[in-house]
Amino acid sequence: MKIIVCLKQVPESQSVRLDPVTHNLQREGVKSIINPFDLYALEEGLRVREQHGGEVVVLSMGPPQAESALREALTYGADRAILLSDRAFAGADTWATAFTLAAAVRRLEGADLIFCGKQAIDGDTAQVGPELAAFLDIPHVAWARKLIFPESGRLQVERLLDHGYDLVEVQLPALVTVVKEINTPRLPSFKAKLRAKTAAIPIWGLAELGLAAEQVGFQGSFTRVVKVFPPPARGQRELLEGSPEEMAAALWLRLRQWRGQ
Amino acid sequence: MTIRIAEDKCTGCGECLAVCPFEALSLVNDKVVVNEACTLCGACVDVCEFGALSMPPEEAGRQPVPRPVDGIWIFAEQRRGRLAPVALELLGEGRRLAEELQATVAAVLFGHHVRGLADELIAGGADKVYVVDHPTLAEFLEEPYAAALTALARRYQPEIILAGATYIGRAFIPRVAAVLDTGLTADCTAFSIDPDHKLLLQTRPAFGGNIMATILTPSSYPQMATVRPRVMKPLTTDHDRQGEIIPVSLPELDQPWRCRFIQTISEISETIPLGEAEVIVAGGRGLQDAKNFRLLEELAELLGGAVGATRAAVDAGWISYQHQIGQTGKTVAPKLYIACGISGAAQHIVGMQSSDLIVAINRDPQAPIFQIADVGLVGDVFEILPALIQHIKANR
Ligand SMILES: Cc1cc2nc3c(=O)[nH]c(=O)nc-3n(C[C@H](O)[C@H](O)[C@H](O)COP(=O)(O)OP(=O)(O)OC[C@H]3O[C@@H](n4cnc5c(N)ncnc54)[C@H](O)[C@@H]3O)c2cc1C
Ligand SMILES: Nc1ncnc2c1ncn2[C@@H]1O[C@H](COP(=O)(O)O)[C@@H](O)[C@H]1O
Repeated sequence: MKIIVCLKQVPESQSVRLDPVTHNLQREGVKSIINPFDLYALEEGLRVREQHGGEVVVLSMGPPQAESALREALTYGADRAILLSDRAFAGADTWATAFTLAAAVRRLEGADLIFCGKQAIDGDTAQVGPELAAFLDIPHVAWARKLIFPESGRLQVERLLDHGYDLVEVQLPALVTVVKEINTPRLPSFKAKLRAKTAAIPIWGLAELGLAAEQVGFQGSFTRVVKVFPPPARGQRELLEGSPEEMAAALWLRLRQWRGQ
Repeated sequence: MTIRIAEDKCTGCGECLAVCPFEALSLVNDKVVVNEACTLCGACVDVCEFGALSMPPEEAGRQPVPRPVDGIWIFAEQRRGRLAPVALELLGEGRRLAEELQATVAAVLFGHHVRGLADELIAGGADKVYVVDHPTLAEFLEEPYAAALTALARRYQPEIILAGATYIGRAFIPRVAAVLDTGLTADCTAFSIDPDHKLLLQTRPAFGGNIMATILTPSSYPQMATVRPRVMKPLTTDHDRQGEIIPVSLPELDQPWRCRFIQTISEISETIPLGEAEVIVAGGRGLQDAKNFRLLEELAELLGGAVGATRAAVDAGWISYQHQIGQTGKTVAPKLYIACGISGAAQHIVGMQSSDLIVAINRDPQAPIFQIADVGLVGDVFEILPALIQHIKANR
């Protein structure tokens, strides 16, 4: 089984905050990590490989420093990694990101299964996975929490929806986005760590993917960010005091006033 | 493509470095330089007093397309004959935008034997309802739902498509945007119309709600967005409203599909799904035990709400993952969020900070949850919750 896992390097969530007064960015201890959901995607890819054989390729589009995220993915046991990086890719929205990833998947001659995380924690869009499936013209299932392989060429997926869980079946090749419940990611292995240190990670740009600059990055994107601003400040904070009973009464009064407004 | 820098105008003041969300700017020899991390968000352009930074000129390649004719569409999500509340919220917002655009509002209804819901949608504000009734659409599946909406949009040419940012909406709408070659903005919380070009300004939180961004789809149609449930206001239902019901048959649906629905495994036990709840009572490690979640259930029931939890409580096995709120769980925005025995870790906060009113009960006055709470109660949950439950019962 050929498996591709798409992963993104993101800033750790709490490190990015706009100061409401100065609009300056507060970046305490900024640290780049693999998007947490993508670790579950990677783990699931590794598990499928262990059960069914094959290889796991990790794919990321990002600036050159995203290589470290791919190298980290190798320490968990991915077989190889490919970085999509080119100045022309910068400023991509989800459409352009998925379009570029699709070109890379084609260059890899497709896959039986593609895994994505549920969403990336920087943009929280959850769009790249389904868009990638659309560009590749393969079916996809979002929010998977369990995979079952009833026979070769088919995959059953238990997936989360607002009302509970559904069981659905898709034909391979397919793309799956995973939620955290699906597994517990492993720790890096010593052997893989050693291998990861020296593994070559090819970098593919416009030329390798056979794309034109107008199709990717900022130019290829259909959306434009026109403004970035801090969220509206929360109202007056209020601390209630007294015995538990007094606090309970004060809270109820407060809630009734607030409901009445 | 990156931001343009006019070196002669740059004073090296560094203001722009501080506002860049992506660490794309740095100073080299007292002049700003930009790296590949630039996403062209424009934050630096706004802050530079010297006009040293500018957006690259719009490419000539993508010519503006003429405005499509069919106004605003809202996807009327339904399941087993019940409309998702977000459908009516979208109609409310759709009407407001339609006034400004002088456009019509159409609801798009997919399913099998669902025609009866069309009247509800008209009463909720739709001028017309496109009904695609087909056995393939009886249960939600990404591919056929996307194919149906794509085919419909190609046939009737809407200017805007809005759908709920629910599990269903977010699972298939991106597929539609990809195939229609257009932009899609996720999980929006506010819309307005740009007066010059009559385009939809789409505002959404990013970076876990720490930053808001306003996004435009300038040169392609439809302009598409998913919308966070419970943010937009539904209209008062008016059964005298008139509207047109348009049954549509789509030949695109009569084909063998590569996916099929097998069964529903479990319905989430509570009566109100977390995403739709107006009130959420959430518990963390401070609850100490599974049985103490009963207290939360009791309070939630009194307030007509649902129960949520932190990852710590879920990992301890006190409550199932479906209830987990935060970075690796659900994002919720109820009217009222009561956090009980929750420290307020960043990964939890990102999932609930858009709630209207946040109440926190924690015995540690230094707990970070108090920094975002509107109302704080410092004390023991096992004393305060029973007192609160009793007080509400006595004073309802
Ligand atoms: C990648 C990643 C993803 C994560 N995703 C999530 C997520 O999605 N959601 C999430 O919630 N967390 C998530 N976490 C975990 C998060 O960092 C915190 O560990 C978690 O939120 C803490 O839960 P808690 O507040 O219940 O527990 P604690 O931090 O242990 O806090 C318990 C609080 O209860 C108070 N308390 C104790 N006893 C009482 C009492 N009797 N009365 C009143 N107060 C009492 C204490 O003062 C304390 O403040 C994630 C972590 C990582 C690394
Ligand atoms: N630049 C990228 N490179 C590789 N995979 C990505 C990239 N952006 C997003 N993804 C994948 O798509 C998922 C959803 O991302 P998003 O749509 O940005 O929320 C992520 O969890 C990744 O699996």
